[in-house]
Amino acid sequence: MADDKLLLGHRDSEWLGCCPDIEGDVAFSSIAQDEVGHATFYYQLLHQLGEDDPDRLAFGRDASKWRNCMLVERENDDWTYSITRHLFFDQFDQIRLQAMCTSSYEPLQHGVKKMIREEYYHLLHMKTWFKQLGRAGGVATQKLQQAIEKLWPDVNGMFSFAGIEEDLLRFELIQLTPTEMRVKWEAEMKALFQQANMSWPGEFPQLKHDGRKGEHSAALKTLLLTMGEVYQSEPSAKW
Amino acid sequence: MDTLQDRIFQALADVKDPEIPDVSLIEMGMVHRVLVNDHDVTVQLMPTFVGCPALELIKKQTMDRLQQIDKKNRIHVEFVFDPPWTSDRITPDGHQKLKQFGIAPPQKSLQQLPSCPYCNQEDGEILNLFGPTACRAIYYCRGCKQPFEGMKVV
Repeated sequence: MADDKLLLGHRDSEWLGCCPDIEGDVAFSSIAQDEVGHATFYYQLLHQLGEDDPDRLAFGRDASKWRNCMLVERENDDWTYSITRHLFFDQFDQIRLQAMCTSSYEPLQHGVKKMIREEYYHLLHMKTWFKQLGRAGGVATQKLQQAIEKLWPDVNGMFSFAGIEEDLLRFELIQLTPTEMRVKWEAEMKALFQQANMSWPGEFPQLKHDGRKGEHSAALKTLLLTMGEVYQSEPSAKW
Repeated sequence: MDTLQDRIFQALADVKDPEIPDVSLIEMGMVHRVLVNDHDVTVQLMPTFVGCPALELIKKQTMDRLQQIDKKNRIHVEFVFDPPWTSDRITPDGHQKLKQFGIAPPQKSLQQLPSCPYCNQEDGEILNLFGPTACRAIYYCRGCKQPFEGMKVV
């Protein structure tokens, strides 16, 4: 969850100064701040449980140690792709957060309940744009169609729990199985596709590489080099 | 004679939100409770947003102010998420001061749009759900024909 959020937040921050309009720019900068903040929250929880220092986890880890889904590490491509990617992830994230609102691990439960209130705005923003792009016709809808096709092979990866789902459920850390989450995601998204006049692309392809098992693309390596550049220049520096 | 608790709450009224310097932490509804135990004073604050970048600054300013009035005890400032901060925790004074600062106070529900802090006209529109800080959105007033900021409902 921490890795998903940090990478998505970093990708959002790459839009600063490059969005089609100033409102989009402000939106992505504000959303980036939220996502990186959520990642920090999760890394701090992990640190309290014995994991490495949050900065080292974020900036000093080899790509093979990252557990994010592939969807969030992909390069931004065009703005429509970034918006659609964010929509797909935010819808998944909302379902995952709801599934942790009664988590047996209280610090997680408390943080999740707070984050869910913030995420409401992200999802609303992405849904609004998805519908507008879909209904606009012309180049906008063409680009949206291309974005959906490019993203579709990565959708299944969000729902991979890399084999630890039984433990998560047994200890009541989370209340839904990955399959239950995917069913919910599909229902929400099918309704939205209809509102946006977009056709449903059909079955999700089988995963070729599972990011949650540490299998990643070259895009992640490049991203980590960029994100960790300052930290790596002097890892022992105190900030 | 004021108790230590009273004096701490009075001092917390002097600590302002770094991004909205007219409004104190108490008026923002960010103070959950103050615990006094032996020689330890713990102030529990509720962050408005999980990733608010002002948190470290707020912590430091709170420590500094409390150390001025209490030199005997150890001061601790911690952030808690239970209960979560919500925009309806902002006090009536906080609402007034936000408005004076040019920020529309939060409404009771997401569907309600705030009235303009400059001319009070209610007939506004949303320009951007995201604003200069995580907790604010940008609206447009059809009355005085200018954009204004408003606190998000969370």
